[in-house]
Amino acid sequence: MRRCEFIRTGHDLRANEFAPTNAVISAMKLIDIVQFASGSLRGSPARTLLMMLAMSIGVAAVVVLTALGEGARRYVVNQFSSLGTNLVIVLPGRTETAGLGPGMLLGQVPREISLDDADALLRSRAVKRIAPLTIGSATLSRDALNREVVVLGSTSDLLEVRHMSIGIGKFLPPGDIHESASVCVLGNQIRRELFGNEQAVGQWVRLGDRRFRVIGILASQGESMGMRTDELVIVPVASAHQLFNTSGLFRVLIEANSREVIEQAKRDAEQIMFQRHGGEKDVTVITQDAVLATFDRILTALTMAVGGIASISLAVAGVLIMNVMLIAVSQRIKEIGLLKALGAPAKQIRNLFFAEAALLSAIGSASGLVLGYTGSAIIGQIYPSLPVSPPWWAVLAACGTALGTGILFSVWPARRAARLDPVAALAGR
Amino acid sequence: MIELNRVSRSFTVGDQQVGALRDIDLSIAAGDYVSIMGPSGSGKSTLLNLIGLLDRPSSGTYKLDGGDVTALSDEQQARVRSEKIGFVFQSFHLVPRLTAAMNIELPLILAGISPAERKARVEKLLENYGLTDRADHRPDQLSGGQRQRVAIARATIMHPAVLLADEPTGNLDQTTGKEVMNLLEQLVEQNVTLILVTHDPVIGGRAHRQIHMVDGQITGENKSSAEL
Repeated sequence: MRRCEFIRTGHDLRANEFAPTNAVISAMKLIDIVQFASGSLRGSPARTLLMMLAMSIGVAAVVVLTALGEGARRYVVNQFSSLGTNLVIVLPGRTETAGLGPGMLLGQVPREISLDDADALLRSRAVKRIAPLTIGSATLSRDALNREVVVLGSTSDLLEVRHMSIGIGKFLPPGDIHESASVCVLGNQIRRELFGNEQAVGQWVRLGDRRFRVIGILASQGESMGMRTDELVIVPVASAHQLFNTSGLFRVLIEANSREVIEQAKRDAEQIMFQRHGGEKDVTVITQDAVLATFDRILTALTMAVGGIASISLAVAGVLIMNVMLIAVSQRIKEIGLLKALGAPAKQIRNLFFAEAALLSAIGSASGLVLGYTGSAIIGQIYPSLPVSPPWWAVLAACGTALGTGILFSVWPARRAARLDPVAALAGR
Repeated sequence: MIELNRVSRSFTVGDQQVGALRDIDLSIAAGDYVSIMGPSGSGKSTLLNLIGLLDRPSSGTYKLDGGDVTALSDEQQARVRSEKIGFVFQSFHLVPRLTAAMNIELPLILAGISPAERKARVEKLLENYGLTDRADHRPDQLSGGQRQRVAIARATIMHPAVLLADEPTGNLDQTTGKEVMNLLEQLVEQNVTLILVTHDPVIGGRAHRQIHMVDGQITGENKSSAEL
């Protein structure tokens, strides 16, 4: 009998002893599961790439959209805090719709807030400083140049309360709230229009029928909550009252001593106004915090909603994974049969397919994160004023959903693979 | 070693019961070299699948190493397959994306054996089967004979007591087929129980015991002291 070549060359099979193996047979090692799964993923690169693409687009969508929502929220919060910190605002009239009060029947308008009312608010220990506000419009003119401007009547403390800053010269001088000095502070754009390159501080301008001396120019701040400080003229509140022939304040801004006493300041303000107005609650006191909190809630909800919509694409990616996994099971039916013949229990085969799905989702979400963060960075470049950055919870949720759907949608294909009859599977049926 | 007692296996085709195996009584001792021969459809592959625990009998009992394995759970049966049974198939059944070495390693990986031991055992086997220079080739880069050698190496790497071969030479030319048979027969010398399914009387005739099957029943048995 012809002995085969590889035996003739001296390989002796007898060296391979058939003693029972001493090695402890245990479950397949995790690292081997991962390696096997990644091997089968590499085995069909086109399929793997497409599934990863679907996953990463889903994750990137969640990241970018929540980053935008979060950016909008932070933008609003920033705008509010640039308005001043620990603000409590007193405005005349009740905003409640409590029906007809006795005053209304008599044809009365709500009582106005006087300068003395505003001054009285300083009695509260929670109040750090106040800035009464009167607002109106008047014609500002210098020689032949004139234009319509928004005039703000206030006191020296407005600068601190509203976080404004002065560019050239000085702000309104401190002193008696009732003193109607003929000085004014101009917004930067008004200065430019009226004076061009000339020195503005120290010059006289005409506002309505009164003359004011320019003592300062506001630093250019752009827009802050709908009020362009660049196009503003600020005069002492008493002067404004004379100018507009009124005695009531538009608002009183109160800065509380600290964040903790904001509520205290609000209660005190209500109490003081209540006493001074003869036991009638005819003013409304709101805290900036309450307004801010409302905006915050609305925008967070919006961000979550947008993120939720984006995560639908993750579910779609999950369905895609299931579909492709089912195809993979029937394509690899012989391999599954072989694994069974080699002693892999059903559980192990299920785990192998789970590992494949998990690996796919993990790599998919990782590349999705890269994609999403890159996208957010690009948007941040295009809109520098929008603080775009995805919130941590959205990143976690996106990755969690990606992994979850990936594994969830592989349950059926994996079970199908595990339940295959080994004889039929080996025959490719 | 292997004891089949009135084992039957029937399949449902449409609304009819078709008996693939009928009341098989068979006992095979450890170290035996048995061939099962018969025309196609005689149930010889079904019998091999039953012995390999890939299939369950419809009735009857099957004892392996003295223990009844008929009633074992799927997981327990998988464990028995892993520890005691090796398969060699007609179409080799190598995983196409894995190299020869990795295909041989597969049963060790599934059994959770440490990488160091796996490497040592695979290397030794590659050498024994003259495949060292083919270790990093994928199945489509190997000849038929090399593929079947890889498959035999894979079947024996867990040191099984029983080796089941279903037409192991069916896809090979005569020369390579003989080489493969020589390999398998050397394993018998090391006290492995070899059960061979074939329809080729020349190949089957080499076994110590030849079992003939027709229509799901054992119709005869020859014992021979044929060349080894």
